[in-house]
Amino acid sequence: MSFLQGGGLYGGYGGADILHGCSIGVDKGEVAVVVGPNGAGKSTAMRALFGLLDLREGSVVLDEKDISRLPPQERVTLGMSFVPQNANVFTSMTVEENLEMGAFVRQDDFRPTMDQVFSLFPVLGQKRSQPAGELSGGQRQQVAVGRALMTQPSVLMLDEPTAGVSPIVMDELFDRVIEIAKTGIAILMVEQNARQALEIADRGFVLVQGQNRYTDTGQALLADPEVRRSFLGG
Amino acid sequence: MTDILNALVLLANFVLVPGLTYGSQLALGALGVTMIYAVLRFSNFGHGETMSFGAMITILTTWWLQEKGITFGVLPTALLALPVGIIATVVMCLLFDRVVYRYYRREKANPVTYLIVSVGILFILSGLVRFIIGPQDRVFADGERFIMKARAFKQMTGLDQGLAIKTTQGVTVVTAIVIVALIFWFLNRTRTGKSMRAYSDNEDLALLSGINPAKVVAITWVITGALAAIAGTLYGLDKGYKPFTYLGLVLPIFASAIVGGVGNPLGAIAGGFVVAFSELLLTFAYKRVIAYLTPGDWIPEGLVQLLSTDYKLAVSFVILVIVLLVKPTGIFSGKTL
Amino acid sequence: MSTNLRNILLFTIMGALLVAVGVIQSANVALAILNLCLISAIMTLGVNIQWGYAGLFNAGVMGFAALGGLAAVLVSFPPVPEAWAVGGSRAMLGAVTGALSIVLAILAFKMIPGGRRLRGWAAAAVALSGVVLMRFILDPAVEAIEAVEPARTGFLGGLGLPIVFSWIAGGAFAALAAWGIGKIALGLRSDYLAIATLGISEIIVYFLKNEDWLARGVKNVNGLPRPVPYEIELQKTLWVQELAAKLDFNVIELSSIIVKLSYAGLFIGVLAIVFWLSERALKSPWGRMMRAIRDNEIAASAMGKDVTWRHLQVFVLGSAVIGLAGAMLTTLDGIFTPASYQPLRFTFLIWVMVIVGGSGNNLGSILGGFAIWFFWIEAEPIGLAVIELLTSGMGEDHALRLHLIENAAHTRLATMGVVLLMVLRFSPRGLIPERGK
Repeated sequence: MSFLQGGGLYGGYGGADILHGCSIGVDKGEVAVVVGPNGAGKSTAMRALFGLLDLREGSVVLDEKDISRLPPQERVTLGMSFVPQNANVFTSMTVEENLEMGAFVRQDDFRPTMDQVFSLFPVLGQKRSQPAGELSGGQRQQVAVGRALMTQPSVLMLDEPTAGVSPIVMDELFDRVIEIAKTGIAILMVEQNARQALEIADRGFVLVQGQNRYTDTGQALLADPEVRRSFLGG
Repeated sequence: MTDILNALVLLANFVLVPGLTYGSQLALGALGVTMIYAVLRFSNFGHGETMSFGAMITILTTWWLQEKGITFGVLPTALLALPVGIIATVVMCLLFDRVVYRYYRREKANPVTYLIVSVGILFILSGLVRFIIGPQDRVFADGERFIMKARAFKQMTGLDQGLAIKTTQGVTVVTAIVIVALIFWFLNRTRTGKSMRAYSDNEDLALLSGINPAKVVAITWVITGALAAIAGTLYGLDKGYKPFTYLGLVLPIFASAIVGGVGNPLGAIAGGFVVAFSELLLTFAYKRVIAYLTPGDWIPEGLVQLLSTDYKLAVSFVILVIVLLVKPTGIFSGKTL
Repeated sequence: MSTNLRNILLFTIMGALLVAVGVIQSANVALAILNLCLISAIMTLGVNIQWGYAGLFNAGVMGFAALGGLAAVLVSFPPVPEAWAVGGSRAMLGAVTGALSIVLAILAFKMIPGGRRLRGWAAAAVALSGVVLMRFILDPAVEAIEAVEPARTGFLGGLGLPIVFSWIAGGAFAALAAWGIGKIALGLRSDYLAIATLGISEIIVYFLKNEDWLARGVKNVNGLPRPVPYEIELQKTLWVQELAAKLDFNVIELSSIIVKLSYAGLFIGVLAIVFWLSERALKSPWGRMMRAIRDNEIAASAMGKDVTWRHLQVFVLGSAVIGLAGAMLTTLDGIFTPASYQPLRFTFLIWVMVIVGGSGNNLGSILGGFAIWFFWIEAEPIGLAVIELLTSGMGEDHALRLHLIENAAHTRLATMGVVLLMVLRFSPRGLIPERGK
């Protein structure tokens, strides 16, 4: 059983099921990546783990506790953090205020955590008083991730963090992801850029039509000729 | 030289002082409307009647205080009564939210539905206020009437033109400054205020960050209820209280909010003054001012008035139309249309 | 029960209420209420065309009604020769200049190439210079006209035609104004459209209250000619006197009843025509297309429908109906009172009629018009009776009791608000819901 484990997930957004019994999970300090073709249910599965949709069947377990029934706000207090793909920063608020909002549920002094985020993403430190809406796409992603880190989560979930950014920015972001994982946080990531994502993945899930097709380490999946042919363009 | 000073005093007396006063009143009203728009995402047509309600409670309390012999010296007694008006208005706003608006939030109703609902509340408040206090004019300002009398000014400066500043005008401007400063401090320096801005900016992300929507909504009503009570009382102090007039204020208040950028508090303030001064400047008779400023004894024919004073209200609307056509997001780029 | 049976039942109840008023209070009162119900019904139909067909929230009903009233004056009042001689042509020139500058400003906005800002400032400049020019031309003329017998006339007068023509003219005035307003405001989001129309209607009424040379402003125009006989004349005719004797009615009362019945006949005729046309339009392919647009604007515009143009059509048509009703109202009153056009009485009250009756359904609009107007009028005596009952425990001269009784009339505002909220919450589709929903 992994630290965060979603098993046998069936569900959708109200109509037909999108998930047909898949399972994904991640351990502390691990980077787990979920890839697959469009419509495979990657984002849906992750959202299900966070409680953003109703599961018809299946369970979500965090640190051996069943959290399947809890609303997202409570999961935040239990140590889960979610970075949506779009609209993931408060554009009218400064970088620093975004981070403050990230720490909203905390009662203690979060300055040290903010300093950690600034050392992880130095650019944010330079632009701390600028409205987040004025930053470039890559910088905004950093703000989004930084906001999610302010609760000192045990699990960080990222929904397509490199969507629409340049290759250089993508590399930088993945480097940061590895750094974050090294601090002991479990990272679950849905990605469209499968090849690059799998390269940093300790564990990889290939989902097709709401079901697990392949599950293995990132390196193994990259080396697998079948996986390469079907999903990585050979 | 004295001519120029006379011209300036004339402008100050008939444009600057009334403009600052009226602008403050509009700004406070627009601030309330813009906050409701930013957080609750609808246009509240009932805000004028909310102001009327707040003023009414304050007036009733003022009468009670006056009967008991309690006054406030040179300042209007109404200022002592104002906290009661504020509390009553806030309670009423929260009540209406709980009984009426909350249902529509759950149903995710569209903006027009909210508008119609606010019209219903407008009816109820309108009837309630007129029933309780009656429709007639009430003057409830007491204390010293003038901070500066025109005659005293003329004696002091030796000029022909006098500058009169009423106590109510001074009270309005000072109160407005204090309130605005408080609101800005709240929104920008406190955790709760920032959470409101976050909720207004991106509701989903705010929920993901653990911000409690019910609390944000409640605080919004508390603030706007207080603002309505204060704005309504100040307006009533300055111009006399008649329930009827508050429905007519809805238009300039919305114009102010939209001109400044709806959803943006700074915009509401700026918009209030833009509208107030435009109304005054466009309907002012410049005859004497021009006479002072031109050399010799030449006096222009006619009043040199662009629009008759009857059209004051029209000015605020024309400004609104121009803004909607040229830059719909307003001066400070509030939420887009 | 089936829809038709339900509708018949509702209307029967309405009719019974009116008859009850006739019996309990008087036939005259009941007929007076009936006539205003009819007019309200037509106004509600107009608003419903905009709201039910296209989802447009028009908060400017009072302005269009006022324009209808203006038409009644301008068509039926005899011209004032002295005023025309002194400043008529110059005033006309001024008015034309004003109207032209508005049109040119709108056209400038639409047609000058360049960014939105540039076009906006250009349009504003055109409008502003037009206003200045107009003032220059108009002012001396206005002064002269208003100096002609200000107590009795002091304005240009009208065309002296039969007042029934003004009903069409009222519709035309309103349609014209709606075209201009629609061109400016229809691209806006729904609640902004509401604010814009509210503001424009305020301006229209302001204009009418201040431009004395046009319609005497707040001095009002009374003595407007009638399409039906006068009570005084009727009282003198033989057949009326005989009828009064036979029915054991007071002659004066009978003449009054006959006059009201005549108006009612005319109004019912107009209502029937408007209703029939509205129903035809609703069921036509045009009507279906309008509702398709209303229900899914994005899909419709993706299919190539020019949504704004369709909205403009609906806006103009609905406003024309409101203007028509406004002219009828002024005809009934016999006097044009600009100050009587208040947002509460017109815009917001009509909206309650639309919502309660059933938005999107023409029959519902008629019922809503009847029901709410009836309630609005009867709420006053009923409210008074209730208050008197509740305060009967206090002494006759108790200050609070007197105060409450004096202000009892205002409770109808509050009850109207409660009615609106209740209907919105518990029966949002109204008394007669839209078909197929």
